[in-house]
Amino acid sequence: MTPALELNGITKRFGALTANDNVTLSLAQGEILALLGENGAGKTTLMNILFGHYAADQGTVRVFGQDLPPGQPRAAIDAGVGMVHQHFTLAGNLTVLDNVMLGSESLLSLRSARAAARQKLLQIAERFGLPVSPDARVNQLSVGERQRVEILKALYRDARILILDEPTAVLARPEAQRLFETLREMTREGLSLIFISHKLHEVMAASDRVAVLRAGQLVAERETSRTTPDELAELMVGRKVARPTRQDHQIGSPVVIANKVRVEDKGETHLDEVSFTVREGEVLGIVGVSGNGQAALGALLSGLVTPTSGSLTLAGQDLTPLGPRGMIRAGAARVPEDRHAEGAVGELAVWENAVLERLRTPAFSSHGFVRKATCKSYTADLIERFDIRGATPDTRTRLLSGGNMQKLILGRCLSTGPKFVLANQPTRGLDEGAIAAVHAELLDARAKGAAILLISEELEEAVALSDRIQAIVKGRLSDPVAAEDADARKLGLMMAGVWEEDADAA
Amino acid sequence: MRLERRAHVPLHLALTAPLAAVAVALCLAGGLIAAAGVNPLSAYVEMLTGALGSRRSVTEMLTRATPLILTGLAAAVAFRARLWNIGGEGQFFIGALVTAWIGHALAVPGPIGIPILMAAGMAAGALLLAVPAYFRLRFSVDEVVTTLLLNFIVILFVGMMVEGPLRDPMAFGWPSSVPVDGDFRLPDLVPRTRLHIGFLFALAAATIVWVILARTVFGAETRAAGLNAQAATFAGISLPRTLMGVALLSGALAGLAGAVEVLGVTAAVTTTMSPGFGYAGIVVAMLAALHPAGVVAAAIFVATVFVGADAMSRATGVPSFIADVIVAMCLLTMLVALMVTTYRVRR
Repeated sequence: MTPALELNGITKRFGALTANDNVTLSLAQGEILALLGENGAGKTTLMNILFGHYAADQGTVRVFGQDLPPGQPRAAIDAGVGMVHQHFTLAGNLTVLDNVMLGSESLLSLRSARAAARQKLLQIAERFGLPVSPDARVNQLSVGERQRVEILKALYRDARILILDEPTAVLARPEAQRLFETLREMTREGLSLIFISHKLHEVMAASDRVAVLRAGQLVAERETSRTTPDELAELMVGRKVARPTRQDHQIGSPVVIANKVRVEDKGETHLDEVSFTVREGEVLGIVGVSGNGQAALGALLSGLVTPTSGSLTLAGQDLTPLGPRGMIRAGAARVPEDRHAEGAVGELAVWENAVLERLRTPAFSSHGFVRKATCKSYTADLIERFDIRGATPDTRTRLLSGGNMQKLILGRCLSTGPKFVLANQPTRGLDEGAIAAVHAELLDARAKGAAILLISEELEEAVALSDRIQAIVKGRLSDPVAAEDADARKLGLMMAGVWEEDADAA
Repeated sequence: MRLERRAHVPLHLALTAPLAAVAVALCLAGGLIAAAGVNPLSAYVEMLTGALGSRRSVTEMLTRATPLILTGLAAAVAFRARLWNIGGEGQFFIGALVTAWIGHALAVPGPIGIPILMAAGMAAGALLLAVPAYFRLRFSVDEVVTTLLLNFIVILFVGMMVEGPLRDPMAFGWPSSVPVDGDFRLPDLVPRTRLHIGFLFALAAATIVWVILARTVFGAETRAAGLNAQAATFAGISLPRTLMGVALLSGALAGLAGAVEVLGVTAAVTTTMSPGFGYAGIVVAMLAALHPAGVVAAAIFVATVFVGADAMSRATGVPSFIADVIVAMCLLTMLVALMVTTYRVRR
């Protein structure tokens, strides 16, 4: 049988960078192929070539035995290739039906044509088990529903090969599970799928075959049933990576104490009587399904919001009136949830971001003037100490990869020997190598006696790093459990809010 | 085809882009001059000689450039921090009005009075922008609207003052304020021309602004706040304080432009004393890509166009409004040039 798709010797260069180096890959009909690789390995470039978004410098793309003309998305669509981008390409103020029709049919088409389109959309939705309401505005849909619309858009154009770029990046775990069931369903209907990922457990759970890209080259292809996560991790990174593990040590006295903290905004309660204690040399993990108050907790501990009631102290000092600068001065280090939006100013140089929090201290300025030379040499040390690759003090920060930007942010706040560290989703979107580095830095701070509050949606991470774990559900915190007693089942129940019923029963 | 952000903007590109933008704008305006029945090349030659051909014309051009440097700096400082101050014209006029007002009443020797009057003009401009900045910070009122509308209010207020309390009885019915005391007039820079030492003040202001932006903590915080307000706030920079500081600096520069124009050129305030210095300052700042050194060059260019266009108009009969067209086209081509320097076209 002809393969659904053949990539033959694809090479693509951007200036000095070779994004894809002679990649040859095929996809059988009805197969789910996972394309695995670290950030920057060339996965997205390869898929963009396949989809006609880029033209390859060398090599050919064949779809069902037919050569595709390079650089023409329209030809790829006509040949039955559909792409679901990581960042959705939907018009938020239009309806689902409008979005699906967009690009394939005129929005001014006659009523009868719209009716036919609606009919077709509903049929597809039914056939593949992707329920949607055609008249809902995309703005009002959840992220998972938007992705469904994105997939339907491709199916509506009669896609027989579907490419999904990091489809689970924006999904909570149950949604991701549902997505993979849908994908399996689609292969039964004869579709062939490629999904791009750097998450090993997903690849193991959902694919038939795995192709591993590293630095633009296809380094391995494996049957999923005949490989292990460890082997894939090693193939992907090119060396053995092991996440560091927590060493037992003496935990000291309480550093940060929150007592019945309430945060309300415009009549909405974001944090409801939250109490916790973080002690010297301890990591307290806060787990939970996304959107349960993590953002408010992060903002509270960054000094961005003041509680409506309750108390929050660091080594006895009241933190609530301090604001971000006061928190920093009091010895708090904060790693924000979104490094691009909050962590760093992308357009500034690395050195400027490195000193941004402490620009007004005598170390970095005198009489209102920035001590540039001192700042730069400090930054050079930071780059070396925290292994920030691809950076000099004068590099523009936005040119750093996600992992290196995160190391810069960690370096900025950990180099001062803080008493307290807030790490809010510190490894979101990072690849294996960078995750290991971030974990090592956090554990190093723990060993030096910092009290660390880790907010994470990755259970493996929370369990590996934390001494104790609390779950956050609808702005409320569960009682803490020791990490040793926290198995997946128990944490799952906690994240579902079951501890409250326990309390009622007792 | 798509646009891709450049990793680095090469210096030669950053420097040639504005020149290319000006060249394109001149070509386009040349089409209009040709349509008016005049050879564009000879028209531009007339323009150049009109602005730069003699001692008198050069000094006249620099006299015109002086307030443009200051209003251009005012716009550049504000825009860098994403404070959209469109009110340079109003701040210019309030600075001029306060200077003329106090300058009439003040009884101190000249060397003491001049700094006092310039400071008064700066304070007036700063306060005028502080109000919209406060409303922006406190109630999220769009400062584009408020600063723009304040221009009209201030100009009408100036009109009321020069028709009423400040009216000069010796002006033969012209609506003009009483002139400031002769002691307070800025000395000439070049004898027997209108060019006064205010030009040096403008150059000094550009240097000081440059130092503030590039070297001080305030400048660094302004830049961070302008580029990513959320990250700046997270890092402990007070957004209200930074933005208010920028507003005071920007307003003071535009107010200084008004003060210097009164003390150096007009001696009194009238509603017609500005041919749009405040608005032209916005164009100057954009042409300069918001850089203080560029502001000086851009102001001199714009002044050349304005002064030269008058001479060209007299020689060829092309209406001098062509100056406005050229400057406006420069703004548009400069915006395109900025895009080309920040992005590259990729296939």
